[in-house]
Amino acid sequence: MSRAIAILFQTLLAAGLAPLVGGFIRWVKARLNGRRGAPPWQPYYDIQKLLGKEAVVSRTASWIFRATPFVVFSTSLVVASFVPLVAAPAGRFIAGDLFAAVYLLLLGTFFLALAGLDTGSPFGGMGASREMTVVALTEPTVALSIVALALNAGSTSFSQIVSRTLAEPAAALGPGHLLAFAALFIVTLAETGRLPVDNPATHLELTMIHEAMVLEYSGPYLALVEWGASLKLFVFLALAVNLFMPWGIAVSLAPIPLAIGLVTFVVKIGVLATAIAVLETRVAKLRLFRVPELLSASFVLALLAVLSTFLAR
Amino acid sequence: MTVDRSAAFLFMIAGYVAGAIVALIAPSDRIARGATAIGAASGSVAGLVTALAVLATGDRFELVRPDMIAVAGGVAIQLDSLGALFLALVCSVGLFAAVYGFTYTADYDGRRSLRFFGLMFNAFLLGMSLVPCAANVFTFLFAWELMAVASYFLVMTEHESSDARAAGLWYAAMTHFGFVLLLPMFLIMAPAAGATAFVDLRAGASALPPAARSTVFALALAAFGSKAGVVPLHVWLPRAHPAAPSHVSALMSGVMIKLGVYGLLRVTSDFLGTGPAWWGGLVLAVGSLSALGGVLYALTENDLKRLLAYSSVENVGVIFLGIGAALVLQSYGLPALAMVGFGAALLHTVNHACFKTLLFLAAGNVLRGARTRNMEQMGGLIKGMPVTAMAFLIGSAAAAALPPLNGFASEWMVFQALLSGAQIAKPEVAIGSPLAVGVLALTSGLAAATFVKAFGISFLAMPRSDAAAAAREPHWSAWTALGAFAAATVVLGLFAPSAIAAMYRIVESVTATPRNVTGGGGIWLLSAHGVAAGAVPPPVVTKLSPRKGSPSGGTSVKITGSAFTGASGFDVRVADTWGCGRIRQTARMEYTSSAFAEPLRRIFSELYRPTEDFSVSVHPEARLIIRSITYTTRIVPWIEKALYEPVTRGARAIAASVRRLQAGSVHLYLLYIAAALMAALASAWWFE
Repeated sequence: MSRAIAILFQTLLAAGLAPLVGGFIRWVKARLNGRRGAPPWQPYYDIQKLLGKEAVVSRTASWIFRATPFVVFSTSLVVASFVPLVAAPAGRFIAGDLFAAVYLLLLGTFFLALAGLDTGSPFGGMGASREMTVVALTEPTVALSIVALALNAGSTSFSQIVSRTLAEPAAALGPGHLLAFAALFIVTLAETGRLPVDNPATHLELTMIHEAMVLEYSGPYLALVEWGASLKLFVFLALAVNLFMPWGIAVSLAPIPLAIGLVTFVVKIGVLATAIAVLETRVAKLRLFRVPELLSASFVLALLAVLSTFLAR
Repeated sequence: MTVDRSAAFLFMIAGYVAGAIVALIAPSDRIARGATAIGAASGSVAGLVTALAVLATGDRFELVRPDMIAVAGGVAIQLDSLGALFLALVCSVGLFAAVYGFTYTADYDGRRSLRFFGLMFNAFLLGMSLVPCAANVFTFLFAWELMAVASYFLVMTEHESSDARAAGLWYAAMTHFGFVLLLPMFLIMAPAAGATAFVDLRAGASALPPAARSTVFALALAAFGSKAGVVPLHVWLPRAHPAAPSHVSALMSGVMIKLGVYGLLRVTSDFLGTGPAWWGGLVLAVGSLSALGGVLYALTENDLKRLLAYSSVENVGVIFLGIGAALVLQSYGLPALAMVGFGAALLHTVNHACFKTLLFLAAGNVLRGARTRNMEQMGGLIKGMPVTAMAFLIGSAAAAALPPLNGFASEWMVFQALLSGAQIAKPEVAIGSPLAVGVLALTSGLAAATFVKAFGISFLAMPRSDAAAAAREPHWSAWTALGAFAAATVVLGLFAPSAIAAMYRIVESVTATPRNVTGGGGIWLLSAHGVAAGAVPPPVVTKLSPRKGSPSGGTSVKITGSAFTGASGFDVRVADTWGCGRIRQTARMEYTSSAFAEPLRRIFSELYRPTEDFSVSVHPEARLIIRSITYTTRIVPWIEKALYEPVTRGARAIAASVRRLQAGSVHLYLLYIAAALMAALASAWWFE
């Protein structure tokens, strides 16, 4: 029973906090640029406004286009319900598996790309094609980062990885861990459409990836797509902070550890989000055909992470 | 319930034989079609009963007739659970392919004889059903050759097209290449065994010297690999599978190539047992090459059925990755972990059979509706063919290894098997296993891109040709097969843990590994969470299904908006696609199949090495007036060219020189006869 409540709480927490992360990054970026910027909670207003609007759907679109926002949002939500956020108690609490998380998010992307093609707009097709290209090239890095983590923990399940890192803090500072973190961070930028792979603020068709794919969405559909995308970013950040720096995470479901877990989690996410904001003000977007170089670099990092873990044993 | 297994088995043979004979002597095409379908379906049902009876009880079914064709060692049938799994696959795909084929081949009525087709279709099913039952060398080779020859004729069904003839030639050559390698493989094993029954081969294999065992392994890998279609022996596959009628393509891609996997498993894990680690390494290398090569060529393919055929190459590669991991683990003395690899390979075999059959049958509907295999002329098919579209979507998502469908479950298992390599403290394994993981991940990412393209370009947006706009669903009987395999694809994904457990039982009976996988003792990665893949899909389903369900209510998109608006409670307005102020949208503005694959094609251009041809024709008077610009680019697999061109050139040269014997003069031929007779007599005298 407490398990069901915990999962529900965690899902609501993720859904509630996710838009704030995107808004926070935008706000920090604006401050760094010397602008006042919209408040961090602006995305909530956007979602609220979009939900109240009428949706315009292309004449050529099929049910795929209408179903996709729900698929995207619910896959992100399902993943958010089983990744470790505030608590990672041992045992069977969270039957989460890293591969399952990655492939569930891929299911959402698969449908988004189909929806991009569905309207027959050249922008949608272009976005779909580029998005699938980037996603396909990030997969090996994601898998190898998982291997690097799994090698230490002896499992690809979240709670095992978290508890192993908590038990052996020294391993978390080992080269394998750090390299895998760097690889996963690059992949996070690529998968969630951040600079230098994609520019979330652009509306120039030649540079768009994710934005081109969802160009046709409007009203409540767009709200769901955007919310789903922010959940995806949130999940990736949560994975990065909790798998590599799990300190502070609650290992039991008692109130005080949970409170500590919540506070440390918010702080950690905030730090990582600030890092992304700083990075986004420092780098320019890469040309599309330079992206593979970045991604192969991240693959090499992940491979080195695995090898160093092998050697360290 | 007890089933008389030998009666069921004999009924299976009788069904196929009767179907073949009645089809051959049928008075009309319609009756021939009916006889083909009924014979094949009843044979398949009987075969399925036999297989399930063996799988349920786990004890073998034997039928030995040493007196039949005694010269060659007699006919011996033995069905253990490994064979029964493959027999069940053959028969379930065979059953639905037969039903589907009844209406599909109606297009041929009056155009070409369906009698011979019916004969060969049933012979093909008979051959495939006998391969996993064969228990001695003669029976095995007979069934293997029957399968090969019958499928050759099926590939040649549309023999008036030069593509089909070329495909048939490639297929015949490659399948006999495999057959030629099988003979020495059995020849090496037979003397040590003293007999040709599989039981004796198994007993004798351990007495073979290591070099002979490795030779047997290498021959088995090449022979069965050529049937399974692994790179670089895959050349026939993307040619032959699209050329055949779609339900035959489904049988070939869904199950026939799997019999190559069966053969490899039978010889390596059953007869030879544990071998040196390089066996596994070789299988891993071949598997990686096939997985990546297959998906890369699938990605750039514009022919829908060729795309599916290349995807079969990819999936066979994934299966081989599982087998390779298992062989490596076995050779390092980790039989319990090796079981994960074998289980993964078997599960992916079953899963791929389900979703690839589904995809090929759906592609058959598309082919009949849109009258083309070229995706650049499709588009918008989801409107005229909603059921086919749904089936193809499910198959695509499974082929892209997306949860909660079955493709994900087995790829997850293969990942786990490869990760188990971490248990072995050897540098080559330390480098090899992460690389294989990377290859598998890249493969699945590229497969997702490939199937977004396959579904998105063919079924979504606006039709690119009049035929595509007019495409409609075929007769409802074609849906039964689609429904069955779509259901199997979903169910095998949702109940993956049970499927995995069933595979373990089979592996256990073959490799005689003590079973401690479910107990978790010493099993890495499958510990407290059991088979975690299974633990994840249920929440996915409960959360997704109500939502996925609601839009499917709006499948009939013609009543756009209204159906869906009411359900979700917000206004939907239907309007034009946004188009930067242009007047109207046409299909020419859509992204094409080639355009979709372009970024990846450019990134992997070193591998593809496309040929580009750009020509501008100008006015003869003024060079600035351009009349036309043509740009053609083609991807000719250069590996094939580099490997096979010398061989085909050599074969042609030999054939040309042999042709000089055929001068057309009767006198010369009489001389040949006399010379041949002399030679025969002389050699008889010599050996005397």
